[in-house]
Amino acid sequence: MPGLVIDREILIEAPVEVVWRTITEPDQMSQWFATRVDLVVEPAAHGYMQFGDQGGPVVVEVVDPPARFSFRWNHPRGEEPVAGNSMLVEFTLTPEGDERTRLRVVESGHELCAWPDAEKQRYADEHREGWAEYLDRLAGVLAER
Amino acid sequence: MTAQADDELWSAIGDPSRRRVLDLVVSNGEVSASWLAGRVPFSRQAVSKHLVVLEQARLVSRRKQGREVLYRVEADRLDQATRAMAELAAQWDRRLGVIKRLAEAAHAENKKGNRRDA
Repeated sequence: MPGLVIDREILIEAPVEVVWRTITEPDQMSQWFATRVDLVVEPAAHGYMQFGDQGGPVVVEVVDPPARFSFRWNHPRGEEPVAGNSMLVEFTLTPEGDERTRLRVVESGHELCAWPDAEKQRYADEHREGWAEYLDRLAGVLAER
Repeated sequence: MTAQADDELWSAIGDPSRRRVLDLVVSNGEVSASWLAGRVPFSRQAVSKHLVVLEQARLVSRRKQGREVLYRVEADRLDQATRAMAELAAQWDRRLGVIKRLAEAAHAENKKGNRRDA
């Protein structure tokens, strides 16, 4: 049974290597993500992110420069973040010409992460509408009734 | 960080068949399980199971009318889910916006550097 899925993307006027550094270097991450980032970007590396007066551990999953970077976070304190107790954040970088990059981020709730890729793809195909759009549409129907 | 606390809600709406059921409840006001079963490509038993999950997530509620059990959507709960979802999406949009700004500034800086080197 799948959990939460958020899927967003943006087009950036910069080469893929520059975008890669922006999302993976801790001093850059501390500007767009957390207020303080202690992290070595290597597969299976454990790190810590501080958000204001809150914070929590993160565990790196995939590091495939300059195309894919993913990490797990939001797992219960004292537990190892694995599929089943955490949120997975996956960045995909796709070059569009020499000086432009499409950056996609998918944050998924736990059950989905443990699925085989073919299952994930089937699920994604069935959810073209997107969660936000689905909920918006339901709310719209409700308002009109 | 609120997303995790509401696991029940997200997994309730996560299943495509269940979304179909919820869709029908929302569009038609108050409906029974057998009415729903006549409009979906799965069994009456499957419909009942989906309704139990939706009820546990407090997305639908039921009442008895004569011999029938009628289901209807819990509008406040649906609204709460919509707002939570929109907030999470907006949070990522803000982060992506900052990444864009940082990367484009770094790129402009690199180009200036290259020109100086040339």
